[in-house]
Amino acid sequence: MGFSHGGGKGMSLDLIIAALLTVVNITTPILLAATGELVVEKSGVLNLGVEGMMLCGAIAGFAVAFSCSDPDVADTWLGLAGPWLGVVAAAAAGAASSLLFGFMALTLGANQVASGLALVIFGTGISSLIGTSFVGIAIQPFDSVFPESLAEHPIGRVLFGYSPIVYFAFFMVAAVGWFLNKTRAGLVLRAVGENDLSAHSIGYSVIGVRYMSVMFGGAMAGIAGAYFSMVITPLWAERMTAGRGWIALALVVFSGWRAGRLLGGAYFFGLFMTLELYAKASGFSFLPSQFWAAMPYLMAVIVLAVMSARNKGGSQSPACLGKPFIPDA
Amino acid sequence: MTIINRRHLIKSAGAAALAAPFINRVALGDEPLKVGFIYLGPVGDYGWTWAHEKGRKEMVAALGGKVTADYVENVNEDQSATPVIRDLAKNGHKLIFTTSFGYMDQTLAVAKEFPDVKFEHCTGFKRAENVATYNNRFHQARAVMGTIAGKLTKTGVIGYLGSFKVPEVVMGVNAFTLAAQKQNPDVKVKLVMIDSWFDPAKESAAAETLANLGCDFITTHTDSPAALQVCEKKKIFGFGQGADMSRFAPHAHETAILDIWSPYYISRAKAVMEGTWKSGDSWWGVKEGSVRIGPYNKSLPADVAAMGDKIMAGWADGSYEVFTGPIADQSGKERLAAGKRMEDKDLAVIDWYVKGVEG
Repeated sequence: MGFSHGGGKGMSLDLIIAALLTVVNITTPILLAATGELVVEKSGVLNLGVEGMMLCGAIAGFAVAFSCSDPDVADTWLGLAGPWLGVVAAAAAGAASSLLFGFMALTLGANQVASGLALVIFGTGISSLIGTSFVGIAIQPFDSVFPESLAEHPIGRVLFGYSPIVYFAFFMVAAVGWFLNKTRAGLVLRAVGENDLSAHSIGYSVIGVRYMSVMFGGAMAGIAGAYFSMVITPLWAERMTAGRGWIALALVVFSGWRAGRLLGGAYFFGLFMTLELYAKASGFSFLPSQFWAAMPYLMAVIVLAVMSARNKGGSQSPACLGKPFIPDA
Repeated sequence: MTIINRRHLIKSAGAAALAAPFINRVALGDEPLKVGFIYLGPVGDYGWTWAHEKGRKEMVAALGGKVTADYVENVNEDQSATPVIRDLAKNGHKLIFTTSFGYMDQTLAVAKEFPDVKFEHCTGFKRAENVATYNNRFHQARAVMGTIAGKLTKTGVIGYLGSFKVPEVVMGVNAFTLAAQKQNPDVKVKLVMIDSWFDPAKESAAAETLANLGCDFITTHTDSPAALQVCEKKKIFGFGQGADMSRFAPHAHETAILDIWSPYYISRAKAVMEGTWKSGDSWWGVKEGSVRIGPYNKSLPADVAAMGDKIMAGWADGSYEVFTGPIADQSGKERLAAGKRMEDKDLAVIDWYVKGVEG
């Protein structure tokens, strides 16, 4: 694997596996952010600030991982734990930024759409400000932690070749699906989202549950941001998430607020974006590139239409979504 | 209402200046010229805006105490740019550079209100008595990159990561491909447009795709170093865009296009001070020192580096032109006859790719 002029040509199985790695890279941050937002919306809160929280996570993760790679500490435990600390910092930064939204929308009962948009602007601004001193720096990517014999094995890499964050994303979407549908706490969360007044009148803290879910959504968006600045492109650049937060938001709606469909939808998006790139690079220019760019959205609409025709009223949109709850004093 | 009043004031001030040119000149001689810049991104974007900021600083340094220069960063390419440009003009800036294509109509609108202020719009094509346009011939450096890639590619397949099909990018693709084919007539260039100037995740995915399809060189016409990081990981080669990006890919980074704006900024500021400023369209390149290449990677063979230097020298003295016929387009149709050089007016609106470009 020397660094020399001239590289190898891939076989077709090789190419498919390599393309799969690209699909996973595109999908993972969207899946993470959408999983968080699913919980937020299930509790009856619409937080449009995903993009802003992702950027907060991206800069926090990068800053911590970079600081831990400093030659002074690189050989200590800090250097080893650096990427993991970066992910924790990203989650904390995402959750902290979500509190801004929580205070406006939950405590003050402000309009949730406006509060969410404010969070996008805030997150973009503060990440740019903090990021000023991190421009033009690269770090080691937070890659697979499996031994190289597995992570770079031509076939084994399809299972072992990913950053730990990828496995975390799979775990979390399954865990959230289980939590929402099979646990008592999940039932309470859904009750708060479906009928806030009833939940309140039987003694549940609507605001408290919503704060918890908003912070969870923030933490997940933060980790999604870290996937950009620590895995895909291990560097910091302003607005580097380039609108993926909005796609995550759309995905929650397209999935009909179901975790299983969320996973499928996210991978559907990643697959189509990758196919677009392969089609362009292979010279299939008979389809205009705008068509490819619109394809995932078009397919999502079709899938959604077919699904809702099959099970009537199948959408699980929480009844109280976006409605401020102001308890009677 | 206030604007109209101010406009009248300025007009009468202009009339007074005409009536008493001597007084005006004395005033200019005493006070430094105030120059203003409007930036699209933050000065720390390490790309487009960063290069303009470098040009601004070098202009101030070169002209000593004779000029002062202010800038406004993160100005959107919409109606919100108009009051920002107007503010600079109101506050006594006599020369204003608006450094992105999307400020075109806003620049012209403000220029009408301030006839005694000179405006310079970067990459645009609409001019006025007090609005000039300027751009750089970035494709000249792409010829060096094409030469390096064409000479060294083992797979014979090179990737080109583009943004949009606009003349600047088409020029870059064609210059790169023609130069590569000089070294290896069978070279194929795979072109992927990502429909964005800046989307690191998509740039990265596109670079992975090109590498997976057998490209052992990838050149980028988008703004982030994402593709270079992929090259480094895949152990293939790439080039920096806008600035030396070798720190992102110490092994893969062969050289870079450098955008150098200071020669133009210095010359225009001088022209205003000397009263010789005229509107027009400037398209500077290697000859004027506006386009340079970064240091070569130390792994680059010396004979290949020498070929790059020769091309740069050829651009400087006019002996080299990458767009020299015969040139055929993708369908094989001849677009430029043998021995002819392409004219600027055709180059500026080019919308077809040369033979050998796939995608």
